[in-house]
Amino acid sequence: MTATSGTATSAAPPDLQVERLGKRFGDFRAVDDLSFSVERGSFFSILGPSGCGKTTLLRIIAGFLSPDAGEVRIGGKPMQGVPPNKRPVNMVFQHLALFPMMSVGENVGYGLARRGIAKDEIKRRVGDMLERVSLPGAQDKRVDQLSGGQKQRVAIARSLVLEPTLLLLDEPLGALDLKLRDHMKIELKQLQAAFGTTFVYITHDQSEALVLSDHVAVMNQGRFEQIGTPQDLYYAPQTPFVAGFVGANNAVQGRATQIHGDRVTLASEKGLVISARAMGALRVGDAVQAFVRPEVASLSRSAAPFTDSGLPHYQARIDSLLFDGANSAVLLHEENSGTGFRIALPQTGHLSDLVVGENVSFSFDPQLAVCFAAGNEHAS
Amino acid sequence: MRAKDASGARDPARLLPILLLAPALLWLAALILLPHVELGILSLRARVAPRVYEPSLAQFRTFIDEPLYWHTFVRTAVISILATATTLLLAFPIAWTIAKIARSRARSLLFVLCLIPFWVSETVRTLGWMILLRESGVLPALLVRLGMTPAPVELLYHDATILVGLVYTSMLFMVVPLIGALESLDDSLIEAAYDLGGNGWSILRQIVIPHAAPGIVAGCIVVFMLTLGNYLTPTLLGGKNSQWFTEQIYTQFITRFNWEQGAAFGFLLLGLSTLIVLLGLKLSGQRFGEVMQQT
Repeated sequence: MTATSGTATSAAPPDLQVERLGKRFGDFRAVDDLSFSVERGSFFSILGPSGCGKTTLLRIIAGFLSPDAGEVRIGGKPMQGVPPNKRPVNMVFQHLALFPMMSVGENVGYGLARRGIAKDEIKRRVGDMLERVSLPGAQDKRVDQLSGGQKQRVAIARSLVLEPTLLLLDEPLGALDLKLRDHMKIELKQLQAAFGTTFVYITHDQSEALVLSDHVAVMNQGRFEQIGTPQDLYYAPQTPFVAGFVGANNAVQGRATQIHGDRVTLASEKGLVISARAMGALRVGDAVQAFVRPEVASLSRSAAPFTDSGLPHYQARIDSLLFDGANSAVLLHEENSGTGFRIALPQTGHLSDLVVGENVSFSFDPQLAVCFAAGNEHAS
Repeated sequence: MRAKDASGARDPARLLPILLLAPALLWLAALILLPHVELGILSLRARVAPRVYEPSLAQFRTFIDEPLYWHTFVRTAVISILATATTLLLAFPIAWTIAKIARSRARSLLFVLCLIPFWVSETVRTLGWMILLRESGVLPALLVRLGMTPAPVELLYHDATILVGLVYTSMLFMVVPLIGALESLDDSLIEAAYDLGGNGWSILRQIVIPHAAPGIVAGCIVVFMLTLGNYLTPTLLGGKNSQWFTEQIYTQFITRFNWEQGAAFGFLLLGLSTLIVLLGLKLSGQRFGEVMQQT
């Protein structure tokens, strides 16, 4: 699978080009015939569950692992045989890996000192860099005096002061608590915009990938399932894996009973009949899998609004209420088939007085639900 | 005040730590503190007539006036420092391999290999070296067979032989604290330094050694003290030429029956080891408490 992220067709080569890259550990294909490229100045995320090979891929790009097959080019230059300390790439590690035996200033100046730059010049550049990451005058602080967010800024400053072509980030937010993580997400996006350096970010957290990135690659079992903008991945998933992994989704398995254009109707084993937009070629009788997003479905106490609009609708009984502010939802089961659904509550607070056991109607636009042939998790 | 009374001295929870410490405290008092007080008194008196003693610094004066004694003293210190440094240089790659490179099974195997020599007594180990190194021994015979020497050479009774024996005996006590110190070093720090442009030497100097410093100093202190106080290895491998200070102490106590002189020498050695350890801590910028947690 080959895909190019970004629409810019400038003359400069992409900052990162990966071609037919492969890496095995014994029989396990950690990275399997992977090709992609990342445009200059973009924020590119690789999203996948743990064990999908994303860390291996990042370590190959950084130079800590050598690939079994394929090629990595950074800024147009082939990187085969170039050790990590000679690559125009820097990495922000999962636990940041700041040097505890050095002050903040020494941490940021470490790479410059290794390049043999004069002390005065290092001092000036470290000062400038700390100012740019909003830590002016922090040179003499010890690393353990910093907060989690400040540590992350130092880790990024330490890499960016070397002006790398590419900054690799290995789940740097993974160890932070939720509140700080949300804060750091925003900070990271602003830093990337301010510096304009190309960021390649790996994460298993879909919200991080969606919020931060210009382009996201969803990785599974050593391959990319789909590369696209966050909006593409969310609204037009190309594979069942992407539909299931990115965002919350209600999955319904069944067989295709009718196909009209891109509209497929499926019947589940328990007798639920729903319609959805077909993704890829489907035939009547195929085993299929449909996905309905919780916020696509709408809820009502009576069936009247749905009969008026002509949309298919279903009777259901509420199993539980999940109140979470703007992300509130209900879990319910459809009355005839017993199929469970998660449906978002309107953010206006309308219907906030629903109770468990209440009978309701729900409906969704089939055009906003997607349907795939079942069992081809790795089709691409 | 009332709160204090409520948790009074009869509280069993308070008594427990004292009871648990009691054997150790008794041991310290009876076997370390008391003998040292006794030896301290011995070293500071002189016999003026049978069973008549008076306070005196005569023993310490003898030490200064007699060149053999303070020559031996300085020599013991220098060789001990040399042995400690050599042990550190040899143990570091071993500890690095065990802590950072070897995987679980190979790691335990390597560690056991370091430990195995300590299953036999020090005497037997040292005699093993004698069998290898003496004139009619294995190594000289091998050298003759390889044509490197025309006749068997005596490899025992050299300073280098003493050094080899001391390093061999001390190795484990350096390897263990080093493994502890290196294991706690996060691999990603090394990777990060490498990623930022560091090379092997600069990473060793700026990342690894600063991190492992407490372990290095701990190992050095233990090895230095063991070496300085070693009696068997220098005596057996060095023979008459060994001139080790512990031998002088032994001679005073056992051969000459001059307990006063022996006690004075003992305190001089104690003072020397304390001084050198403090100097080492000062030079490496480490604190004693921190270092001792590594052992």
